[in-house]
Amino acid sequence: MNPIDRRWKLLLGALLLVALVLLPFLVKNYRVFQFNLVLVYAIAVLGLNILTGFNGQISLGHGAFFAFGGYAAAVLMEHAGAPYWATLPAAALLCFVLGFLMGFPALRLGGHYLALATYALALAVPQLLKYKAIEHYTGGVQGIVLVKPEPPFTFRLFDQPFNADRWLYMFTLAVTVLMFLLAHNLLRGRIGRALIAVRDHPIAAATMGINLPMVKSITFGVSAAFTGVAGALGAVVVAFVSPDSFPVLLSITILVGVVIGGLASIPGAFFGAVFIQFVPNIADQISKAAPWAIYGVFLIGFMYLLPTGVMGMLRRSWMRWRPGASRVSS
Amino acid sequence: MDALLHQIVSGLATGCIYGSIGLALVMIYQATHHINFAQGEIATFSTFIAWALLQQGFGYWSAFLLTVGVSFVGGVAIQRLIVRPVEKAPVLTNVIVFIGLVVIFNSLSGWIFDYTIKSFPSPFAQQGPLSSRYFSAHELGSFLVMLCVLLALYAFFRFTPVGLAMRAAAQNPDSARLVGIRVSWMLAMGWGLASAIGAVAGMMVAPTVFLDPNMMAGILIYGFAAALLGGIDNPAGAVIGGLIVGVLENLLGAYVIGTELKLTVALVLIVGTLTLKPNGLFGKQVVTRV
Amino acid sequence: MSEVLLEVEGLNAFYGATQVLHGVSFKLDRGNITAILGANGAGKTTTLRALCQTVRTTGNVRFEGQQLVGRATEQVVRLGVAHVPDGRGTFTALSVEENLRLGAYVRRDKAALAEDLDRTYARFPRLAERRRQQAGTLSGGEQQMLAISRALMLRPKLLLLDEPSFGLAPMIVTEIFRILRSINTNDHVSMLLVEQNAHLALDLAHDAYLLETGHVAMSGTSEALKADAAVRKAYLGI
Repeated sequence: MNPIDRRWKLLLGALLLVALVLLPFLVKNYRVFQFNLVLVYAIAVLGLNILTGFNGQISLGHGAFFAFGGYAAAVLMEHAGAPYWATLPAAALLCFVLGFLMGFPALRLGGHYLALATYALALAVPQLLKYKAIEHYTGGVQGIVLVKPEPPFTFRLFDQPFNADRWLYMFTLAVTVLMFLLAHNLLRGRIGRALIAVRDHPIAAATMGINLPMVKSITFGVSAAFTGVAGALGAVVVAFVSPDSFPVLLSITILVGVVIGGLASIPGAFFGAVFIQFVPNIADQISKAAPWAIYGVFLIGFMYLLPTGVMGMLRRSWMRWRPGASRVSS
Repeated sequence: MDALLHQIVSGLATGCIYGSIGLALVMIYQATHHINFAQGEIATFSTFIAWALLQQGFGYWSAFLLTVGVSFVGGVAIQRLIVRPVEKAPVLTNVIVFIGLVVIFNSLSGWIFDYTIKSFPSPFAQQGPLSSRYFSAHELGSFLVMLCVLLALYAFFRFTPVGLAMRAAAQNPDSARLVGIRVSWMLAMGWGLASAIGAVAGMMVAPTVFLDPNMMAGILIYGFAAALLGGIDNPAGAVIGGLIVGVLENLLGAYVIGTELKLTVALVLIVGTLTLKPNGLFGKQVVTRV
Repeated sequence: MSEVLLEVEGLNAFYGATQVLHGVSFKLDRGNITAILGANGAGKTTTLRALCQTVRTTGNVRFEGQQLVGRATEQVVRLGVAHVPDGRGTFTALSVEENLRLGAYVRRDKAALAEDLDRTYARFPRLAERRRQQAGTLSGGEQQMLAISRALMLRPKLLLLDEPSFGLAPMIVTEIFRILRSINTNDHVSMLLVEQNAHLALDLAHDAYLLETGHVAMSGTSEALKADAAVRKAYLGI
C-alpha cells in the first residue's frame, strides 16, 4: 500500500477511535445500548464475512452460532457463576469446534447445497433450544435472565455518568477492535490469500498444495468463533437470552449486514452492522413487517446495483478523489 | 395397531404435500440449477390470497382456482423480472436474491394480512363420505388433491408438446434453442408451475396448521429433505422422498423422540443425505469437470 | 438460374472480447450443398453458430432476403434454418421419438408430423427399432442419424451440418453422406456443410469455401478446389 494511503488510513483510524471513545458520553443511555448492539453485530457480520466473503462458503445459519455463543455465556454466568469477560473465550472455543464440525459435511456441499443445510440449521435452532430435556440449563421457552455487570469505577464526563451501559460499551469496543485487528492480520497474509484462492479456484489451489478440507473447515470454525463471541457479547449486553431471540431471520439479518457492508471487506462489517441495527428501528414505525420488506428490497437491490456493498462504493470513490496520489492503484 | 396405521396413513397425506413442494423445487433446480428458497413464502402468500378471496365471499373452489391462476402468473412474473437478470451471476448472488424474495414475501404476508393466526377452511366435510377410522376427511381429501396435481403434472410433461419442450429446455438449453424453443419463457413457465403447486400445497396444509406468515417455513425444509432424499434432479424421486419423510416424521415423532425436535430431524436428514448420499436415493451421479 | 438462398457479407463473430471471424463473406444457392473447409480452429463451427445467432456477430447475413444478425436463435429456426451442431446436441435423457418430435416443435402442420416420423423411420430403420429408447444409449452413428433426422423434422429450407463425420467409422460415414445427397436431391434441402474431412466434403458439395484463421482464403466449385495444387497438398494429402 503506498505510504500516502497508509498515512491517511492511520489518521482516519485514530480519529475514528477517539470519536468512538467519546461517543457514549455525548448521548443518552438508550443510544449507548444501541451502539453496543452495533458493535456486537459488527463482530457477527465480520465472522460471516470471513466464511462467505473471503472463503466463498455460503452460510444462511450463522444465527445458530450467535445463539450458541449467547447461550454459552448465559449458561456459564447463570449456572457456573462465571464472570462475563470469561464467557467470551469459552464461547469462541465452543463455536470454533461446532463450526469446524459443521465444516466437514460442508466440504462436500457447494453453493446452494451448503446454503440449504445451514438454512435448515438456522430453522432448527430455536426449536432445539426449547427442548425440554435440556430445560434445566437453558431455561426452556423463558430463557435466562442475566444481570448487567457494573463498571469497576465511575466518573462523569460531559455530564453523563459512567454507568453499566457505558462500561459495557467500552468493553465491547475493546473486544471489537481486538477482533477486527485479529481478522485483519489473519486475512492479510498467506492465510487470507489461501482463503481467497480456495474461494475462486479451489481445484488450482488444491494442486498447489493447499489442504482444501483443512482450510475450509478451519475457516468455518474461525468464522463461527467470531460470531459466537458476538453472541456471547450480545447476551451480556442485552442481559437476556431466549430461544425466540434467535429465529432464522437473525441469520438472514447477519447476511444482510455482509451484503450491505460489502463481501470480503473487513471495515464493511461496521456499515452492515449500523444498517441492521438502525433500519428496523426506523422502519418499525411504519409497520411491524416493514423492516423485513426493506431488508428484502435492499438484498435484491444491492445484488443488482451495488454487489460490492458500501465499502466497494467507497473504495471506488476513494480511488477517484484521494488527495495527491498517483494513478497507480494499490 | 390402529394408532400405527393412522400414523402411517396420515404420514402419507402430509408426505404428499412435502413431495409436491419437493417436486416444485426439483422442477426449478432441473431447469436452472438453483434452489428456490422462496418456494415456501410464495406458497404462504398465495394461501393468504385464497383466504382473502374467501373473506370476500368467493366459494371455496372458485377461490382455489383463482389463487392457482394468480400464483402461476405471479411465478412467471417473478422469474422474468427478478430472477432472470441474475441468472448468469455467481451462486452467492442468486442465493441472496432468493433470500431477498423470502424476506419480501414473508413481510408482505405480514404487512397486508397481519400476523394473527387465521383459520382456513377445508373443502372436505368432516363427517362426510371421505372420513374413516384411520384418517380424517381432510387427510384423505388433501392426499387425493395432491395426487391429482402430481398426475396432471406427469401427464403434462409426458404427453404434451409444451411439457416436452420444458423438459428439453431444462436438460439442454442450447439444443432446445436450436429447435426453436424459447428457453427463457420455458424457465418462466417452470416458475409459474412451481408457484401454482406451492399454492395448492399451502391451501391443503393451512386447515391443519393454521395460516400465519411463517406457516410454510418448516414445511419448506421438509420439502428440501424430500427433494434431496429423492435426488435433486429426479421429480418422481422427490414425491417418493416426500412420502418417506412424511411417514418418518410421524413415526419418529410418535415412537422415538417426541414431537419437539421435528426440525432437528429434518436438519439431520438433510445434512445426512448431503454427506452420505449426495445424489439421493434415485438421483444420477454428477461428474464435475475440472 | 439458381437463386441465392443465403448471403453472408463481412461477418465478424466474437467469443466475449475475442474476435474469431474477420469479415467472412460467402453465399449459398438454393438447392446446393456448400462446404466450409479448414483446419482446427479456423472458425468453421463459429460460422455456423454465427448464422444461428448463438454467438455475438456483426455484419450482414441475409437468408431469403431477411437479416439474421440481431435475431434470437428461436426466430432464425422459425425462418427455416436447422442446425445439426458439433457433438450432435441430442437430448440424451429423452427418447428417440421425443427427440424427433422436438425437431418439429415450431411447425404448425401437426398432421404432417406423423407422416414425417414414418419417413424418418423408413429412412433409418435403426432409429425405428430404438424409438422408445433413451437417446443417450445410442451409438455414435445412430446419434448422428438422429441428429440429422431431428433437424429434418423442421422441414428446413437450409440444413447446417457441423462435422457429421466426426468420430464415426468410415462405413457409417459413407452411408450418412449418401443419405445426405439423397435428401438434397429428392427433398431439395439446401445444405451448408462444415467438415474437416475435405475429401468427403468435396465429393458431396457443389462448391466450397476455405477458412483460415477466421478469413476466407479460397473459394470455388468442388472440381476446381479438388484440382488446385495448394488445396491438394494441404487438405487432401495428395
